Amino acid sequence: MTTLYEQLGGEAAVDAAVDIFYRKVLADERISRFFDAVDMQAQAAKQKAFLTMVFGGPNRYTGRDMRTAHARLVTQGLNDGHFDAVIENLAATLRELGVGDAQIGQVAATAESVRGDVLGR
Amino acid sequence: MPTLTWQGRALPLEAGETVLDALERAGEKVPSSCRVGACQACLVRARGGAVPPGAQKALRPALVEQGYFLACQALPVGDLEVAPADDLPQVRATVARIDRPAADVVRIALAPGEAFAYRAGQFVHVARADGLTRAYSLASVPGDPLLELHVKRAPGGAMSGYLCEALAPGDVLTLRGPAGSCCYEGGRPAQPLLLAGTGTGLAPLLGIARDALARGHAGPITLLHGALTAAGLYADEALRDLAARHPTFRYAPSVLDAGPDDPRAGAIRAHVARALQAAPGARVFLCGPPETVGPLQRDAFLAGVKLRDLLVDAFVTAAPAR
Repeated sequence: MTTLYEQLGGEAAVDAAVDIFYRKVLADERISRFFDAVDMQAQAAKQKAFLTMVFGGPNRYTGRDMRTAHARLVTQGLNDGHFDAVIENLAATLRELGVGDAQIGQVAATAESVRGDVLGR
Repeated sequence: MPTLTWQGRALPLEAGETVLDALERAGEKVPSSCRVGACQACLVRARGGAVPPGAQKALRPALVEQGYFLACQALPVGDLEVAPADDLPQVRATVARIDRPAADVVRIALAPGEAFAYRAGQFVHVARADGLTRAYSLASVPGDPLLELHVKRAPGGAMSGYLCEALAPGDVLTLRGPAGSCCYEGGRPAQPLLLAGTGTGLAPLLGIARDALARGHAGPITLLHGALTAAGLYADEALRDLAARHPTFRYAPSVLDAGPDDPRAGAIRAHVARALQAAPGARVFLCGPPETVGPLQRDAFLAGVKLRDLLVDAFVTAAPAR
């Protein structure tokens, strides 16, 4: 079975998805403050790694990586509502890329699997 | 098996092992995160030997040219000498000229003691004799006979105070670099270029604009320089002159405190917003203090500029000494 990563067109498609996804989260007042870094390229590289993972592409991200990466944000109040908003923006990004609902559901489930790590519990 | 040399030490490589694997197995501390070539945390630099194929994918051309690669993606095909990304070449440079184009800005021209390769728009770490070090962008282009730095006097700044008040022609500084990838890249020669910055953020932008013109960029190039007062537009004459010589180049100064009848009046953010509207699909270069560059890059991105077309260099000021 091919992964969504392959179906979308691999790395180039993830780059396109990052452009759309990052624009959405920055414009989303619920969560934009967590993305308000000066170094947008570094931020985009992390998002690329994240999207590659949830699309089923090559990745070696571990729960511990997600936990370490978000620990500072948890002290700044990162909670379930924010996590839900990210998943919402992720789904909207995929819809924009023409991905069907069933696969969006799969991606959301993969993202859901790191919720505990991201929120540090 | 090829030999991997890391900071002068030969490390054994096993079959199928990446540079990152080998470094970690040898107990070297190298930053890393995703290990699939996406996050770029494990960036290192080749000092000799062939860069493994595929290890430079997705890196900015300026970094590719200077031998940077991702350790996690590198399967060596021949002997390779590798250094940490921040272990940069060092040269001594003699101050040839200093002038003061604005009350709080000095322009320093330096003659390097040996050939110093760089790309327009990059920066160098400048060290004084006692070791005090700060980063400054190069305003020159590689064809220029001298390297040029623009230094803004920061209140209480140890290094900028020294460079602005005490430095004299004939003095010697140590430069380590170059670093940074906010550079003109070939390809898409008709794309509009939009360059914006405040204060000495102008320095790298000047180099980038001249580099783009010299490389035959055909699309319109707009350079926006913002200052608090008209006196802060410290390269006004040179930029007007550049515009007069190049029909595709436009200089757009902005002055925060200018009167309402002055077309230059207003914050650079408003000027950049208008310029973005006038140049859809532009490649955007932003340089200067983070408080300027941060909002500008966010505005540009939300206005539709693609990430790969957004090149940014934020000048972070060192915390004042206590």
